[in-house]
Parts: sequence; structure tokens; C-alpha cells
Amino acid sequence: MSAALTIRDLVMKRGSRKILQGVNLEVAPGEICALLGASGAGKSTILRAVAALERFTAGRIDIGDFSLGPGPLPRESRLRPLRKRVGMVFQAHSLFEHLTAIENVTLAPVHAHGVTHARALDDAAVLLDSLGVAHRSDAYPRELSGGEAQRVAIARALAPGPMILLMDEPTSALDPARRGALGATLRALAEQGRALLIATHDIEFARAYADRMVELSEGIVTA
Amino acid sequence: MFVLCACTAGPRNESTSHPPLEWGGDAEGGAPFVEADASDASKVRGFDVEVAEMIARGLGRSPQFVQVAWSSIEASAERGDFDIAMSGVEDRPALRARRAVTIPYFEFREVLAVRPADRDRYRKLADLAGRKVATLGSTMAYDLLLDGQKKWGVVPVSYDDDVHPYGDLLAGRVDAVLLDHIIAERSLRRTPGFVIQPEPVAIGYYVGVLAKGNTALRDSVDEILRARMRDGSLEKSFRAWNVWDDSEAKHFERVLSAVPAPATGSIARASSMSTIGSYVPSLLRAAGVTALLSILSMAIAVSIGLGVAAGRIYGGPIMRGLLAAYVEVVRGTPVLLQLFVIYYGLSGVVRLPAFAAAVIGLGLNYAAYESEIYRAALEAVSRAQLEAARTLGLSEAQIFRLVRGPQALRLALAPMTNDFVALIKDSSLVSVITVVELTKQTAIYATNTGSWVIPGILCAAVYLAFSLPLSRFARRLERRWSAA
Repeated sequence: MSAALTIRDLVMKRGSRKILQGVNLEVAPGEICALLGASGAGKSTILRAVAALERFTAGRIDIGDFSLGPGPLPRESRLRPLRKRVGMVFQAHSLFEHLTAIENVTLAPVHAHGVTHARALDDAAVLLDSLGVAHRSDAYPRELSGGEAQRVAIARALAPGPMILLMDEPTSALDPARRGALGATLRALAEQGRALLIATHDIEFARAYADRMVELSEGIVTA
Repeated sequence: MFVLCACTAGPRNESTSHPPLEWGGDAEGGAPFVEADASDASKVRGFDVEVAEMIARGLGRSPQFVQVAWSSIEASAERGDFDIAMSGVEDRPALRARRAVTIPYFEFREVLAVRPADRDRYRKLADLAGRKVATLGSTMAYDLLLDGQKKWGVVPVSYDDDVHPYGDLLAGRVDAVLLDHIIAERSLRRTPGFVIQPEPVAIGYYVGVLAKGNTALRDSVDEILRARMRDGSLEKSFRAWNVWDDSEAKHFERVLSAVPAPATGSIARASSMSTIGSYVPSLLRAAGVTALLSILSMAIAVSIGLGVAAGRIYGGPIMRGLLAAYVEVVRGTPVLLQLFVIYYGLSGVVRLPAFAAAVIGLGLNYAAYESEIYRAALEAVSRAQLEAARTLGLSEAQIFRLVRGPQALRLALAPMTNDFVALIKDSSLVSVITVVELTKQTAIYATNTGSWVIPGILCAAVYLAFSLPLSRFARRLERRWSAA
């Protein structure tokens, strides 16, 4: 099966400092790939490069037939195919504070992907239900617990229907019981055919739920 | 109170037994009343100055001029800022009831000035139904216009000075000007182009005003004025200032034979305006003007402020530079100056109605301040929120409209509310371009009654009625949003 995400010779420099030094990585559909490494190893930077939030110096990123190259980031209008295919869950979830849980989830489908409001609401209800937070639909982010907020953030990232999900330190704010629930959720998403790339320093979690672990050190894949 | 002192007759009398006679006047009124001497701004001249000098001499004292704003002259006399006010102060029954007032030393006529083409159309006030007639606020002429408004539908337009009414008459902003004949003739000499109707609308008198309890000095002053009428000193002075005519001679005769001066019905009615009951409707109208003016100005300020803030964040270097210059120029210059420029300065290009100029002036001024609030609030929205929105496929415009803007609004709400309350109060400045709003109406009423106590309390109550609910509303909204 061809890779959902391919990263080739990815180099990122900030001034004279090399943050990524030629990273190569593939993630297949249905696979959970965990990026491991100490703080500053470059895990989050790889996710941000794939999500086209940061420019890189050399290399290439392929998401299906869409490619990102080095240099300035393309205009947002040119990134539409990428935005449809890649979802991202941020470390601090970054839910929109002024919107309820369900409004967070329907925002992108309605305004960025042309889905009708009624349809988006139905889809969001299904997503929130599948993630076990349907009962918190009308809550604002500050009213949610850490686990609830994270699941709403996953629902928001999944709402446009991406086949690749990027997650930055998903277990950092979760207790052990919640980590188990999250792991089960991620497995279910992978079984639906999605490729998951997860940046984490939580080796136990990675061992338990990832199909593959990739170790990063000082911007280089070491294992 | 802003007071400037200047000697008019040599060095100040140092004698403790004969302190100088301090007399109040407004040099801004200009010649022939009181004007600063062109060769020495510390000295004043004019026929009121000479009358004051005659009085001082008669009392064996030296005159000492005290500068006071004309609209505050009566209240200052009562406060004891000076012994007597002599600056074209109009005699009115209400004034006599409140203060010690001298005999009338000068008779003036309230005359209509019109454009030459209207000479035959607008001969008297009744001909000006539905037409704008300009005058100085807080004067007998203004009371006459309010009376004319009730009777014939004349539209009074109040000015803070006696120069711009004639300028606006020539510019076509108003259809007539009603003011004292001395002022009308002076303006005609300065800016020809209008005609003065020969038939006066009313007759009035200039008097000296003293504190209510100062009747002893008032009686002495009356004696001196009568003596100067008899010996021709006053006539000589008035002739020298080119304000003497036959009607003045007849007036002197009446005063000296103790015949009461003929009072006009209009003047008597004007005094009845000084009751609280009659003031309340005009207060409410003026409060409505203040409310509408503030709301419209704030709407402009918010819209433009938001555009400027967005332009300074998202725009290119040229746009950012231009918008920054706009903000700095507006914030660095007085709003009064901006109002003058928009209303008078631009009148050659676009002749804005006064209310529109006021709304635009205040709106543009506050837009600069609003833009800084919005810019700070927009920049305070976290980068993570914007990146999350970007990864969802929202365009920059959508991010601004759906994520950044709404979150910034919550941060901006408190300073916005403060600005709106400040704008409501600053709206009082637009009286300089003839808009009669709450504070101006209160000043008119206070001048009519000679006291700021009741007008001040009523006016403050209305301002508080505007600002307190606004602050409460903002606090409630903030609580609701912070709970979210």
C-alpha cells in the first residue's frame, strides 16, 4: 500500500541552527507512528512542517498527490487540498474559547468546506458521540476537563474528513485512565484507515498503542 | 475659572483706603465693547472700558480689568471675582431679580442681517418660518429666536462667537443672523456682502452687573452714570466709538427723567424661559441630540477603528505607514481643532450640515483611539488559536471574522465602553460648531437663571443616566463572556 504521508530529506534551519537535519519518514494508511525524543529533538517541528505552519529549508513532503517544497509557505488558497487531508490536534488543544464544543467542530466544515450547517451539525454530533463527549456539546472549552477538551479537539480536527491526523503530545495533560481511553480512540481511528503521526515523549503510551516508533535526536532519526 | 488681569489706567492703586475698582469683561468680545489693545495686549480699550474708567474715577478708585468669559460674567460677579461686570451685558428682568443691576447705560437694537437677495423676503422674524437664523447662544437674541421658533417655526442656530454667524450667512449655511446692531455693523465693516434690515426686532439695554448684595456700590455707580449722561461724557465716548445716534439721546433723556425704559414683549417672554418646567423639554431634546450624536459617532469610530486596526496588522508597509500617520495626527491634535477644520475649514469644498460635521469629526477622532484598542486586542489573541484555525482550512479573512475578531472583541469591550462614555462627554465640544447638545443647552439655561446649581444637577443626572447603564451592560456582558 502506498504511504499516506512521505517525508524526504527534511531540513529546517533557523539562522545557523539546524533544527531538522534530513529527516525521512513514511506513514501508511491505518498506521499509528509515534515520534519519540527529548524536548527540542524536533518532533513538534516535523508536525508543524507537515501542517504547513512552518517553512523548511530543504526536502519534500508528499501527502497523496499534494507536495510541499522548501521555501516560503504557499498561500492558504493553494493549501486547500492539504487542509482537507491533514488534521492537527495541538498540545494545549487550542479550542476556540468563544465557541461551544459543537461550534468548534462545525466551524471548518461550514465555513471552509462548504457543508451545510444542518449537515455539519449532524456530522459533529456523530463525531462527538463516537468520542464520548456528545453530552458536552454545548459546553465552552473552559468548562471541559482536560480529557474532554482533547476529545473535542480531535473531533474538530476530524470534522473536515482528513486521512492524516497529527497529534502533538496528546497525553501530556491526561491521567493514566484517560491515556488508556485516548489510546483506544486512536486505534479506532487508525482502523478506519487514517494515518496517525504522534509526537510524544511518553514511551509507555507509544509502546502500548503505536504500530511503529521513530526516535529523533537533534533533528535526526536515530531509530 | 480662567481669569487674566490687566491694568487699564496706569499702575495699580496701592492705597489700602482706595482699592482699585475691579471690573470684569471679555476682551474676546472685541471693539467697540472691550478689546485688547493691538499695541499692548495687557491693555484693553472700547466704550465699555471707558464707562468703567468713568465709574472708577467717580468712585475715586483706579480701574482694574479682569478677563472673564462672557457666558460666565454673571456668575463671576456673584462670586466676587470683580466688583462690577461691564461687557455688553444685556438687561433682562430675570437678571434684575437675581443680581444688583445698574441703570441701562446703552440702548441697542436686535437687528436681522440677511443676504442682499433676501432683503425683501426676510424683513422680520415672522418671514423666516422654517429658516435657519443664527445668533450667539445665551443671549436675548437667542431667546427671541426660541420665541420665534414657537410662533413661526424659525430654526435657531446657536454660535459661541459673533464672527462665524455672518460667515455662515454669506456661505449659505444660515438664512439670517439676529444680533445687536453694534455687532451687525461691525461685522458688515469686516465682511461686506449682507444687509442689515432697518426695522429692529427688539430693543435691549446694556447694564453693569454686581453681586446681589452689593446694592450700595450699585447705587453709587448709578449716580455716576447719570452724572456722566448729564455732562456729556458718555455721549462723547459713544461718539468716539461711533455708536451714538438719536435713539441713544432719547434713551438718556428717559433715564435722566426716570421714565422706565420700554420693555419689549419678547424680552419679557424670554425671562419666562428661565423656569425649570420650560427647561425640561429643551433639556430632553438636547439629551436626544447628545445620545444620537454619540451613538452615530461611536458607530463610525468602531467601523473605521476596526478597519484601521486590521490594516495596520494585515496591510503592507505603505498602508501601515499611512494608517499609523492617521492615528498619530488625530491623537496628537485637539478634537476642537479637527471640528473647526471639518466644519469651517472644508466648507469651501464640502458644506457639511453642523450635525453631520459633528458626527464625522467625533467619529474620526475616536476611530484613532478605537483602532489602537482593537490592534492591541487583536494582537493579544494567541498564535495557537490562529494556527488551529489555519490548519482547519479557514482563510485569513475567515479567521479574522470568525476567530480573531470575536476573541479580540471580548478583550476590547472594557476599554471600548470607557471610550463610549468619554465620547458621550466629549460630544459637548460640538457646540463650537453650532450643535446645541446637552451641555450647551444647560449653559444656556444656567445663563438665563444665573445659577449652575439646578441646571448642573439636571445635566449631570442625564449624563449619568447615559453612562451608568452602559457601564452595567458592559460589566454584564464581560461576566457572561468570561463565564463562557
